[in-house]
Amino acid sequence: MVNKEFFFRGFKSIIKPDSPALALGCCFIAIGALLKNLGFNIQESIFSTMLTYALPGSLVMAESLLVGASLLNIFLAVWFVNARLYPMAVSLFPLMMHKNQPKWKYYFSCHFIAVSAWLIMKSNYKSIPKEQRIDYWIGIGSATWSIAVIGTFIGFFSSEFLNKDLMMGLAILNPIYFLCMMVGASKTIQISLSVLLGAILGPIFYFLSPEWSILLGGVVGGTIAYFVGELNVS
Amino acid sequence: MSVNIVYAILVTSLATFLSRFLGVVSSEGIKETSKLFKWFNCLAYATLAALIARTIIFPVGVLIDASYFIRLTVVILSLIVFKLFIKKNMEK
Repeated sequence: MVNKEFFFRGFKSIIKPDSPALALGCCFIAIGALLKNLGFNIQESIFSTMLTYALPGSLVMAESLLVGASLLNIFLAVWFVNARLYPMAVSLFPLMMHKNQPKWKYYFSCHFIAVSAWLIMKSNYKSIPKEQRIDYWIGIGSATWSIAVIGTFIGFFSSEFLNKDLMMGLAILNPIYFLCMMVGASKTIQISLSVLLGAILGPIFYFLSPEWSILLGGVVGGTIAYFVGELNVS
Repeated sequence: MSVNIVYAILVTSLATFLSRFLGVVSSEGIKETSKLFKWFNCLAYATLAALIARTIIFPVGVLIDASYFIRLTVVILSLIVFKLFIKKNMEK
């Protein structure tokens, strides 16, 4: 099954100084309160976080419900905003593939792919032997996922005490945390340029098409950064 | 609300899991030393940066009510604090 030593090493990453726990918890508190205000009951709110576990997706779902969108529209809107999970998975899972590990671990643990866990794994994978990386990943994922669920729970029951200013503060914490972590991760030309170009092109493409802006910005920015990096090496 | 909440949750999680699952299936044929992997790495970082920039510049939800000036000030201040104090501690 899962190697306990590496599982707990991963799990403990949320009490390290660069832990996403606080930022992640706070924005799921905001989500919990938002879902409550939308008319979700506690079971629905918790299940929403457990099953989706991707913040922008939950926000888009909430917005779509508010404007009365159809199920197909919700599906497409969420798929667009969460399609980033595909390149995130492809740039993470090859690092963890090992022939001695059963396939189900990979299929099941892909649910934990989210920016917070992904960033922790990216900065720590080199210190973990390849065979055990998937167990370490399951540890990180279980920890961040639990924080999200607990955050939603707290948010749901404290929504009356959260005024608009507090909600704004909670909502901006997570993008700021991610931004800092990405600046911290920008150690090579390729990554720094990817981050910079993505951040510039994403909002520019928003004027062309709000739905496609993230994907277009990512693909165009990432591809330019890749070629510039390759040219620099050779 | 016209749509049943439970269906909305199921559809949302399905749309989200799809990208994750396809990502893992594609990963099986990709070596971590390959150029394709490197390219996807750039794509992932750029897409994330695009998403974060969008969340801050064109937000969905409560952040709409915070002015551009306030959002920008928060971002710049946080980056300064991060650069000055936190990054050094992390590298120790």
